[in-house]
Amino acid sequence: MAIAHEFDYVKPGTLREAVNTVARYGTRARVLAGGTDLITLIAENMVTPDAVVDIKGIAGLDKIEFKNGVLTIGALVTFSDLRDSPVIAKKFPVIHQMTGWVASVGIRNRATMVGNICSAVPCCDSGPILLVYDAAVLVVGPSGKRKVPLRDWFLGPRKTVLKRGEIATGVTLALPRKKHGACFVKLRRYEGEDLAQASVTVLAYADNTYRISFGSVAPRPIRGERIEALLAGRALSDDLIQEAVRLVPEEIAPITDIRATKEYRMHMVGVMLERGLRAAVERITGSGPAYGTSVI
Amino acid sequence: MTKRITVILNNETRSLDVEPNDILLNVLRETLGVKSPKIGCERGDCGACTVLLDGKTVRTCLILAVEVDGHEITTLEGLSQSGLTPVQQSLLKHNSFQCGFCAPGMVLSATELLGKNPSPSQDEVKEAISGNLCRCTGYEPVIDAIVAVGKKAGKRV
Repeated sequence: MAIAHEFDYVKPGTLREAVNTVARYGTRARVLAGGTDLITLIAENMVTPDAVVDIKGIAGLDKIEFKNGVLTIGALVTFSDLRDSPVIAKKFPVIHQMTGWVASVGIRNRATMVGNICSAVPCCDSGPILLVYDAAVLVVGPSGKRKVPLRDWFLGPRKTVLKRGEIATGVTLALPRKKHGACFVKLRRYEGEDLAQASVTVLAYADNTYRISFGSVAPRPIRGERIEALLAGRALSDDLIQEAVRLVPEEIAPITDIRATKEYRMHMVGVMLERGLRAAVERITGSGPAYGTSVI
Repeated sequence: MTKRITVILNNETRSLDVEPNDILLNVLRETLGVKSPKIGCERGDCGACTVLLDGKTVRTCLILAVEVDGHEITTLEGLSQSGLTPVQQSLLKHNSFQCGFCAPGMVLSATELLGKNPSPSQDEVKEAISGNLCRCTGYEPVIDAIVAVGKKAGKRV
């Protein structure tokens, strides 16, 4: 028994060779890293590539680097690698937390964060988290390297700005210099392996500026810019939180699917935003719920 | 486009020809004759097809056979080559399974957990097996059995 669809399997040893191969097959090539998403898509005939280009033979893409306050996560870094990384746990506790809530161990041992944003499903957990850190995707293609801000990366469900012949080699973000606290709020149907029904990520700075993002409630992970503008420069209060929650319907456009109705998602995002804001602000001073605890 | 691959399966080097679109799970069962990985959901949700790839649990329904060229695979058959492991003995003692379809995956997930964390809490056990679905037992006897292995290990130290 095999997958019904037939394709060539290519495993380049260098990035240059990988780019050349992907460019040669054009839109008929698919890049394979962990494969937890791609293999199901091919098995179910959702994608039918002529070539699967396995990048696991390329040296250096499996590194987590933290230098001069800049974190770079290679395209072969799995969620388990991130989960086990001391620098992630120490400097980016919400990323550490998120990696423990993605799927299950057997998937996390294989699935990569860069693959997660390349798959670009609206419910991905990596997208919203990386958005609050103003991350950028490192891309290599036939005409050289480019760096795509994550805000511009997602075009819609399963669509990114990646062009023909290009490969995402990593994602990079800076540790905020200012004192900050963060909170990742993921709504699931049960405390086990589940995709997000909705997610809210808050990054709050001691100077009362905020970065907010949402997952599973729009065609792509999005930043809550209106809410960020409303909150900017203002200390969090009960009234201000209520004002922010009232803006939620202007920011998100949830749909009804197998995991939740749009009404439920809309309501819960308000609740999650309130709790996420409070927790993130409390964490600036080291109080509030410990990182890793769910506030929903 | 047939490819020749070599894998170390349960401490034994095996070479075989595979097609690019051959799924590892099917190759393990049909070509290599290892039947403990089960065909369940075939989309990575149920954990019945779990094996250890270079010591880490993976879903063989989501891996192409060509991808594992040069790698090491341990299945339940390999794990119990010299008798039942403490995890298996504990699962047996706790009468943890009914039909047993999920058992190979459960054993391997528990083995991976205990390798990293010798005396896990109940919550850590639940988290570790959250990708292994069991439709018979309600999980309780499985969780109790794995926690018990950790407690025993803790006492020995």
